[in-house]
Amino acid sequence: MTVSLSDDQVLVAIRDLVFFHGERKIFDGVDLRFQKGKVTAIMGPSGTGKTTLLKLIGGQLRPHRGRILVDGCDVHRLRATELYELRKRMGMLFQSGALLTDLSVFENVAFPLREHTRLPEPVIRKLVLMKLHAVGLRGARDLMPSQLSGGMARRVALARAIALDPMMILYDEPFTGQDPISMGVLVKLIRDLNRELGLTSIVVSHDVKETLTIADYVYLISGGKVVGEGTPETIAHSDSPWIRQFVHGDADGPVPFHYPAPDYRADLMAAGLGGSR
Amino acid sequence: MMENPFQRLGRFTLEAMQKLGRANFFMAHVLLGSVDLLLRPRLLISQMFFVGVMSVLIVAVSGLFVGMVLGLQGYNVLSDFGAEQTLGVMVAASLVRELGPVVTALLFSGRAGSALTAEIGLMKTTEQLAGMEMMAVDPLRRVVAPRFFAGVASMPLLAALFSMVGVMGGYFVGVGLLGVDDGAFWSQMVAKIDFYDDIVNGVIKSAVFGVVVTWIAVYEGYDAVPTAEGVSRATTRSVVYSAFAVLGWDFVLTAMMFGDH
Repeated sequence: MTVSLSDDQVLVAIRDLVFFHGERKIFDGVDLRFQKGKVTAIMGPSGTGKTTLLKLIGGQLRPHRGRILVDGCDVHRLRATELYELRKRMGMLFQSGALLTDLSVFENVAFPLREHTRLPEPVIRKLVLMKLHAVGLRGARDLMPSQLSGGMARRVALARAIALDPMMILYDEPFTGQDPISMGVLVKLIRDLNRELGLTSIVVSHDVKETLTIADYVYLISGGKVVGEGTPETIAHSDSPWIRQFVHGDADGPVPFHYPAPDYRADLMAAGLGGSR
Repeated sequence: MMENPFQRLGRFTLEAMQKLGRANFFMAHVLLGSVDLLLRPRLLISQMFFVGVMSVLIVAVSGLFVGMVLGLQGYNVLSDFGAEQTLGVMVAASLVRELGPVVTALLFSGRAGSALTAEIGLMKTTEQLAGMEMMAVDPLRRVVAPRFFAGVASMPLLAALFSMVGVMGGYFVGVGLLGVDDGAFWSQMVAKIDFYDDIVNGVIKSAVFGVVVTWIAVYEGYDAVPTAEGVSRATTRSVVYSAFAVLGWDFVLTAMMFGDH
């Protein structure tokens, strides 16, 4: 819509985003741009609202100020039907997988196809098997979600997210709680799918090593602001003490080890009862 | 900051009104989404199986015992007046007008309503509802609407079953054990039970209870705080509010239907 924000190379543009969670300010004037065909990562400590950001992009939450443009459409000015049309072109991978627990793996992947298309059953079957094959789980089609490991559930959810051939995928903490092998599988899948399907990927994560290997561009968010951005190399070799602490995982630094508290000695000597002050 | 009782009353009232308002918007949305069900009757049928058919056993067994108790108690009172021949009328009227709809609704909220609340609440907790939204599938249409209409359709049928089995129970005890005359039991019943006054009004009651109980159940699930504790509280609230709502509406409906004679 506006020419300034949507040049051809940018699929998602976020400008001056302000969002409150109750009284707490999660985003305080954030500007982000996500390039078409690239993997862009959002990193930051837990509780910086990375998942919230994905929900804002998907239109599940409304910002208190600022605009979010996805493929030229202002997500929060669309009517409900237009928003749903836009969502058909986005896939989202939830941290939990969010598989429908009463449906088998096959039916989970078939779900968006059955809901949004009137394809005949043999076509649906072929499509589902192709998507499952892409994530390496064609053989697991008859299992129920409760029989899957965490990594497998995420791969099924990924197959489901690409079922409608979306233009982009939003990944919410794809590596959290994975063993090294499933971590490696997911890293490979995200990179390969992005390249082979011509997707645009937005990865939200705090797993530094894995994220830096797959991302083309990285934003670091902390305290509601963008505190660093650049290619993985510039982030890895940054001079900023905060970025260094985050990338190397140091216990103390600009982000203090201790939650803000009164003086230790005074606190211990205080003649209070219990934990109250 | 401490609230005085007056402030607490105000806050409680405001919160209750807000919740009622949200529940109404929710229901409007579900009703708008119900058009889809005409195109996909399968969704409704599978939910009617879980909500309705799976409740048949508990409703039938409870109905049998309630009818047998009615037979015993009714016989004791009526025989004092030498009116034990009207036992059939008493049993059928109590069941069709009151006990059928009310007890079925209470059982239904415990058996099916609580399950609906827990299921929808857990789907919310495990991000299944959010996941559907992101797949451009409206969970109110896909998840809530079939469950709601399944409940609304099942309740009157279950209440009718309860009354029918209850009459049989009253018959076994009254005629079989206590020696009330077989012909009198049925003929008095046929003569005194009015189709419109008794049966239709009873069906209307059970339909109203079906809407109330299922609405509370699906809304509490959808509105649950997405944690284990939140779902457990929502399930409790679903059953408790349903009981209050059923008994309260029963008084209102009874006053409207039978208040003038």
